[in-house]
Amino acid sequence: MTVAIDIQNLRKHYAGASSPALDGVSFAIEEGEFFGLLGPNGAGKTTLINILAGLLSPSSGRIAVQGVDVQAHPSAARRLLGIVPQELVFDPFFTVREALHFQSGYFGVQHNRAWIDDILQGLGLADKADTNMRQLSGGMKRRMLVAQALVHKPPVIVLDEPTAGVDVELRQTLWQFVSDLNKRGHTVLLTTHYLEEAEALCGRLAMMKQGRLLALAATSQLLADCHSQVLSFKTQQTLPAALAAGARVTGRIVHLPLLPGHTLEATLKTLREAGVDITDLEIRKADLEEVFLRVMAGQGMGHNLADERAEGDAA
Amino acid sequence: MMVDHLRGWQVLLYKEILRFWKVGLQTIAAPVLTAMLYLLIFGHVLGASVQVYPGVSYLAFLVPGLVMMSVLQNAFANSSSSLIQSKIMGNLVFLLLTPLSHWGWFGAYFFSSLLRGLVVGTGVLAVAAFFVPLSFFSFAWVLVFAVLGAGLLASLGVVAGLWAEKFDQMATFQNFILVPMTFLSGVFYSLHSLPPLWLQISRFNPFFYLIDGFRYGFFGQSDVSPWLSLGVAASALALVASLALYLLKIGYKIRA
Repeated sequence: MTVAIDIQNLRKHYAGASSPALDGVSFAIEEGEFFGLLGPNGAGKTTLINILAGLLSPSSGRIAVQGVDVQAHPSAARRLLGIVPQELVFDPFFTVREALHFQSGYFGVQHNRAWIDDILQGLGLADKADTNMRQLSGGMKRRMLVAQALVHKPPVIVLDEPTAGVDVELRQTLWQFVSDLNKRGHTVLLTTHYLEEAEALCGRLAMMKQGRLLALAATSQLLADCHSQVLSFKTQQTLPAALAAGARVTGRIVHLPLLPGHTLEATLKTLREAGVDITDLEIRKADLEEVFLRVMAGQGMGHNLADERAEGDAA
Repeated sequence: MMVDHLRGWQVLLYKEILRFWKVGLQTIAAPVLTAMLYLLIFGHVLGASVQVYPGVSYLAFLVPGLVMMSVLQNAFANSSSSLIQSKIMGNLVFLLLTPLSHWGWFGAYFFSSLLRGLVVGTGVLAVAAFFVPLSFFSFAWVLVFAVLGAGLLASLGVVAGLWAEKFDQMATFQNFILVPMTFLSGVFYSLHSLPPLWLQISRFNPFFYLIDGFRYGFFGQSDVSPWLSLGVAASALALVASLALYLLKIGYKIRA
């Protein structure tokens, strides 16, 4: 397989900032992958995407799209990329169809009506085709951002938090359409705050924090390496100190990962002995949220970045 | 669709033309009306008492100046406001993500703004014909200076549109640089009616040469040689267009 996006030791230090936005990030996304990039605000995800898009220059390092260096050959690289920006922006002078034909034309793609109709249909914009963009609702404007990014059929699609603050229906429409494109061979890079989306869609995940890559592995591997089940229950009381450290508490709801060496029986016994009344007990496999929180808290994953690098070197 | 037959930069040019055409009342009709008000007021107040060139009424003298002023203002307004609006709305990103080169960007903003300048200028001229009998000494000179003037201000609009980050910065540029340069360029008077110091200062104003050369095309009379005006106008255009191209190439204030 060839590499869709190759990132090598990318650094970005904004003038006047105390710490770098990107601090030596390296990874590669293979062609045809559905790849997720996760991290809290300020992790450097958008900086990375802006460098990829040619909107921002890196302080050092390089990014290539299908072997084309974005710094050295910006025009060629942009033809390969379809980038959905995070900000909800639109051109108030034109209708949906006009804007799509223009965007297509800027890329030199002529006679594109059939594909534009496909996009409008696939994203649920067909009945808004002749509506001026200032009359679109927020959700429709968001669909339009995706449509504009796809109009030149880019082999590599980048979605920067495309579902931030949008309704369930759009999320489903959008993911259906993007998944179909992925199945037809388009590479997809997604950043999102919705971990269940990343878990459902992405084959591999990278997790970033403060400009560094903390973890990179197949989604299934990350989940397996979390090597624990999670005990969820409700209680009004305070957890005993031995358990409180590993628990995630939201109001009355407690999520308690079962760490190695702590059997279900032993954990329940600890709770019982501490006199904690629990209701709605559930045992489930750890989800991405647990993995994410653990990686962000700096607890090592079984399959962390160091292992990934070692494997890469061996290969 | 029209765009199906165009190349990348031509699509942007077409979009930019459509942008001002769709709001033509504001971008074409309004400036024509403004110019007419100038013509009515100044023509009526001063018409009888002032004669600049022998055999040319003040109203007739005023027409080329007002036409050129409208050409300049509208060419500038087009590229500058399109760019700053896109920057502030954030939709410039759709262009930044395309493979269009700096030549493509420049070509699109340049020719669309040139066109708007010439369309408004033609409108002012056409309406003026109802008030004053018009005649051309040499239409070629008229056209050359109209194109040079519109091109110079279209390019300057690109520079200002890239430079300004807010609408009030743009207003500052217009009110403190553009308007004084326009009004002190001989739109309403001949340079020879000025005190010596002003006359010297005006000679450094490229707008003066644009208007003087333009007027030569109407009357065959001018303050300086039309060839000198041609040289100055063409050099100013080359200079400002190069600057605009350079700023687009480095992504001045639009790519970090």
